[in-house]
Amino acid sequence: MTAGARRGAGASFRRSRTLAMAAVLLFLLYTLLPLWYLLVSATKTNQQLFSSFGLWFGGDLNLWENLAALFARDDGIFLRWMLNSALYSVLAGVGAAAVATMAGYALSKFRFRGRDATFAVIIGSVMVPNTVLVIPLFLLFAGVGLTDTWAAVVLPSTVFPLGVYLMKVYIDGAVPDELLDAARMDGASEASIFLTVVLRLASPGIVTVLLLGATSTWNNYFLPLVMLTRGEALPVTVGLAQWFDLASAGSGGQALFSIVITGALVGVLPVVALFLALQRFWQGGLASGAVK
Amino acid sequence: MTALPPAVARAPLAGAAPSRRGRGGLRGRAPGAVAPYLFLAPFLLLFLAFQVAPMIYALWLSLFRERLVGGTVFVGLDNYADVLTDPSLWRGVGNMALFGLIQVPVMLGIALVLALLLDSALVRGRAFFRTAFYLPYAVPSVVAALVWGYLYGPVFGPFAQGAEALGLGAPNFLSAQWMIPSLANIVTWQFTGYNMVILFAALQAVPRDLEEAASLDGAGPAAFAWHVKVPLIRPAIILCVIFSIIGTFQLFNEPRIMASIAPNVIGDDYTPTLYAFSLAFTSLRFDLAAALSFVIGLIVAVVSYAFLALAARAEARR
Repeated sequence: MTAGARRGAGASFRRSRTLAMAAVLLFLLYTLLPLWYLLVSATKTNQQLFSSFGLWFGGDLNLWENLAALFARDDGIFLRWMLNSALYSVLAGVGAAAVATMAGYALSKFRFRGRDATFAVIIGSVMVPNTVLVIPLFLLFAGVGLTDTWAAVVLPSTVFPLGVYLMKVYIDGAVPDELLDAARMDGASEASIFLTVVLRLASPGIVTVLLLGATSTWNNYFLPLVMLTRGEALPVTVGLAQWFDLASAGSGGQALFSIVITGALVGVLPVVALFLALQRFWQGGLASGAVK
Repeated sequence: MTALPPAVARAPLAGAAPSRRGRGGLRGRAPGAVAPYLFLAPFLLLFLAFQVAPMIYALWLSLFRERLVGGTVFVGLDNYADVLTDPSLWRGVGNMALFGLIQVPVMLGIALVLALLLDSALVRGRAFFRTAFYLPYAVPSVVAALVWGYLYGPVFGPFAQGAEALGLGAPNFLSAQWMIPSLANIVTWQFTGYNMVILFAALQAVPRDLEEAASLDGAGPAAFAWHVKVPLIRPAIILCVIFSIIGTFQLFNEPRIMASIAPNVIGDDYTPTLYAFSLAFTSLRFDLAAALSFVIGLIVAVVSYAFLALAARAEARR
């Protein structure tokens, strides 16, 4: 390659890089636009929402007043919704991660009759539409009087087939057979091998499944919408949707706009914070699942 | 957690698999027989209770009907016949077919381009971009729909405000002819990053030395990406398409939220899942809702299978 050709290649590389950065930055703008709008709008009064430009602040910051109004509305039920969401998500996430880790370990490290069929059924169940499950689940829970309880939301959410898949793939790569062999040779029981060796080596995968399970429960709308009717039992998604509906219906509900927007911001923060704090885990965990 | 009593875990069982993968001295002789079942048991119990049992119950519901006279009677496939001849089902399916044909290729196209860009040497700060693009996935779809609903809004939506300031008319994003693209945009916003992370992870597994070989051959990065990298990550792309098809026919949260601000556009049968919800909880026709749910499942399976067959045919022709 002559010096001139190399310089030409360098120029084309720079041009490609500018184009690539422009494309990526454009998409970043699109990604952040609604979040920016949410942040800016949460600082506005109802009047400012209508009178000021949506993508910029409207003069005085009204965020604290909005937060106070949000948490005071209906005797502070928003805090209750947040706590419900947190409780449901933690229970469902921990439950899903616990059973998925054991199941993934069994599918990864043991040969037994029915293994491939079990795995295929678990994976295949991802195809089953939500409505096929949620409507009969409602009737079954209603039959035993468990609708409007935490169990109606948490128990079905512990079934997380994708979590089993991710744990199987993760344990395939993270737990060497030789180590298990050595532990068995030393006379360790299967339970203690699982508790001491597997749990430790698979912990990044477990954190990923816990995070994904907890987030999908926090973000779930359909299941709690069907299962819960009592205002004090609702998670934040269903509660906010009710307020949104009320605000949009007009007839005096318009005072709710700033409360709904502030509530949406507060309702998003825990999940986003968790995702950012734990990105090291989920990026690794998801990656191992996608490659297979 | 199942803590296995050592005696159970080690008890030698008749017919136990002698050893796994033909090696491992003591391993697998006895424990291999019981331990995997005990490890699987908690998940399988929950799976049976909250996935299999409701499916069987739904099947049962869909085959019976409550009569004013005579109580609940077996009606065979009558509920399915009613659902399949119900124009509301086909309206919803039509909407979702149109939605999917626009949204899935756009979203996955963008996700693929972004994944290729981040995987190339062209973009700096890719860890930052990867995290930022994934962020909408952490936002509840209720909040995503609500925020986009306000953004679209004719009253204080910034698009309408901006268009008005420029003296232009903004399109009414919440009107009947704009609703499908408006919903498609919300879903694209939420899931492009998620798909990008999956595709990016697959790209990372493409051997680096291939890239060096290609650049010595004089192949540009774009040609290399298209002809070498994309075919290598076909399985990941197919996975993303299948997940998107499943998601499309289950669309519920976004249209339900948007129905609050566009009640005349989004009726009870705008999507098949909205219609199933309405049949169950407004009309209290659980039998029809169950039948409809299975029809949705069948449509998802048929469309997914058709896509896989098409993909296989395209692969064979290469």
